[in-house]
Amino acid sequence: MTSRRDFLIAASGAAGGIGLAPASRHAQATPAAMQEAIRKVTGGAPVRNGRVKLDVPPLIDNGNAVPLSVAVESPMTPSDFVKAIHVVTERNPLPNVLSVYLGPRSGRARFATRVRLADTQTVLAIAQFSDGSFWSDSVHVVVTLSACLEEGLI
Amino acid sequence: MARAVVNVPAKVKRGEIIEVKTLIQHVMETGFRRTQLGEVIPRDIIRQFVCTYNGAEIFRAELHPAVSANPLLAFSTVATESGTIAFTWTGDKGFSVTESAKITVV
Amino acid sequence: MSVRRGGWPLPALAMACVLLGTGWGVPAAQIPAGERRSGYEFMSRETRAMQDDDATNPGMLWVLDGETLWNRKEGAAARACADCHGDARGSMKGVAARHPAWDAATGRPVNLEQRINACRSGRQQAAPLAYESRDLLALTAYVARQSRGMPVDIVIDSRAKPFLDAGRSAFTRRQGQLNLACTQCHDGHWGEKLAGIAIPQAHPTGYPIYRLEWQSLGSLQRRLRNCMIGMRAEPYAYGAPEFVDLELYLMWRARGMALEAPAVRP
Repeated sequence: MTSRRDFLIAASGAAGGIGLAPASRHAQATPAAMQEAIRKVTGGAPVRNGRVKLDVPPLIDNGNAVPLSVAVESPMTPSDFVKAIHVVTERNPLPNVLSVYLGPRSGRARFATRVRLADTQTVLAIAQFSDGSFWSDSVHVVVTLSACLEEGLI
Repeated sequence: MARAVVNVPAKVKRGEIIEVKTLIQHVMETGFRRTQLGEVIPRDIIRQFVCTYNGAEIFRAELHPAVSANPLLAFSTVATESGTIAFTWTGDKGFSVTESAKITVV
Repeated sequence: MSVRRGGWPLPALAMACVLLGTGWGVPAAQIPAGERRSGYEFMSRETRAMQDDDATNPGMLWVLDGETLWNRKEGAAARACADCHGDARGSMKGVAARHPAWDAATGRPVNLEQRINACRSGRQQAAPLAYESRDLLALTAYVARQSRGMPVDIVIDSRAKPFLDAGRSAFTRRQGQLNLACTQCHDGHWGEKLAGIAIPQAHPTGYPIYRLEWQSLGSLQRRLRNCMIGMRAEPYAYGAPEFVDLELYLMWRARGMALEAPAVRP
């Protein structure tokens, strides 16, 4: 999350003759990486929009700890339930955020957590149903940052 | 040992859907941060969380570095019988923490 | 909309310098008592919800650690806090709301961290705990939690007044490369936007806080160091008397406001 900041610190160190090697930019996920992560989950099966409700605040105080919850419409009976919910992003360093595995004993297909979002981007939740189908929801979020930070040298 | 906080209603009616909330102290180091000298701080995260209800798995999560530090995981389960709900977090560097809570189902 | 990285972007900084440097006056008038608002009110609904629920407030992880430490025998004296103070839920009620408080032994006000360390070295014969160490954060979180909901209760008598004045002076004095004073933003421009975020009034009602930026619990001094770095001023060292004077002034400025420890803040 501090990639650009650290890059500039290291680069300015090198420029000042301290001789530090500039920090190389780490791999950044692209929309293509996110598609690949989705394909790994679905095996290429179609993903339809709906039945899933992804809750992430559209404007975020701080990208380090963003409350995120997913709820999926499902009776959660042994013959019709949500097996798994996967969350992916398009611009974090890695596309996968987390995957949760549910079952009929869950009662409701939902969970909540807190995630890191590195940048303004789209977050996607995919639900995998017991009948083999995939449904999804996405939210576009804007990530801001407080003033007066610890490493505020840039 | 890393501190964990679990919240399970102590006494519920059979068949009720209850919400379970868990928190655990863990830095969830992403592996993408660098020190001021440019060295990568290696990844150190919780990889898996499993919850069992009298031994049967009722919830499992696979975590990646994008999960925040001191992870919160909240989920639902049907109160089927009295007993023990157990929670296990495992991760890098041999991290392994178990917590449990008793539940009375009437 | 772009993401801000690493504190204020330079154009905004330059603008702030120009505006605040050209006769917008220091000191800014104090916020009237009735208009004082906790940092809680400047946060998003979701961050507030994180603080409100003990089951999801990450600060509670430290509070529970603190409870364990409270009951653990420490030091050469093999004494636990509980051995002298009993149940913290009773004995520690109101303590955090009164600190920084006058300490006769050192002849000056001390903050909660210093008070805890004085007990550790004096009564438990244990080594003092470092600022931002897990144990000191846990103990301050546990003690501060016992004052939650109580009004900040700082009393200034003739002995404490010089230290309050020193703290006020630090708050109203221009400093750092940007030649800014805390009061300019926090008294004079609270509620207005800086780098897209509302400027809070800077009342330390929630300390120690779980700051989302740190992804950890931290003390008021850690936050003040962040402030000073943000202003491009040389931050005082942890435990410096200048910090305790400033903590005294900030808590006095917040007197009557409800304590929220452990709070969550962005």
